[in-house]
Amino acid sequence: MNLVQIIFWFLSALAVIAAIMVLVSKNPIYSVLWLIVVFFAISGHYILMNAQFLAIVNLIVYAGAIMVLFLFVVMLMNVNTETDPQRSLFTKLVGVISGGCFLMIVISLIKQAGELNTKDVLMSGGNIGLIETLGKVLFKDYLVPFEISSILFLSAMVGAVVIGKKESKIEN
Amino acid sequence: MPISYYLILAFTLFTIGVVGVLVRRNAIIVFMSIELMLNAVNLLLVAFSKMHHAGVYAANKASTVGTDAQLFVFFIMVVAAVEVSVGLAIIVMLYRNTHSVDINFLNRLKN
Repeated sequence: MNLVQIIFWFLSALAVIAAIMVLVSKNPIYSVLWLIVVFFAISGHYILMNAQFLAIVNLIVYAGAIMVLFLFVVMLMNVNTETDPQRSLFTKLVGVISGGCFLMIVISLIKQAGELNTKDVLMSGGNIGLIETLGKVLFKDYLVPFEISSILFLSAMVGAVVIGKKESKIEN
Repeated sequence: MPISYYLILAFTLFTIGVVGVLVRRNAIIVFMSIELMLNAVNLLLVAFSKMHHAGVYAANKASTVGTDAQLFVFFIMVVAAVEVSVGLAIIVMLYRNTHSVDINFLNRLKN
């Protein structure tokens, strides 16, 4: 077993365990922190596949911006373990069993897909994940979607402000 | 690494996200589970782009085949950031009106 395989298994185990801990944790703040661990593990996978730009963007956007937003909201609401709404044990069991069935079916399908089992992921070589290659394609072929996404951001900003406003101000 | 390992890993993360949406009633945790599903899909897209690139890489080291998939991941991240900002605003509004983050309160939207 070489170094790449060891890192792959470590990051995979870290991602899956942290993802399970997100659901198991009673306190929402611990869930947010475990989700940050998942994002770090996924960024590690990106680095392992030599997708450096996406690794950094994943860290900055997800672990940096989005999860801080989640933490702000959780702390603003003062949600603690006592007020955390829980589903009944039966509903939890049904959810876990149906999810397990889905996973089992998909894994058996992957095992049977003959062509997929012969293909390998290129781990360290290749320069498609570098910022130079991605930037050239982004500003040449995907310029219009890039500009449209800025309008999407503007509309989301206006929408968040309008939704987050106090009710009394809207009535006035 | 074989692509099937990445498939199984991504589907495991996706399933954990689905189970999270099904079993939790806290709106913030449900929202975080959706983020988990988005990230599983992103991971699979990057893995497939590198798999697609591996076939061409042996013949031409400087080829840019597979760049599009990584740009799709970039745009998915853009849309996810937008979605989070609006969704958290809705959750804050829900909490201000009901003093709870229970998603069952959203049933009242129909009245």
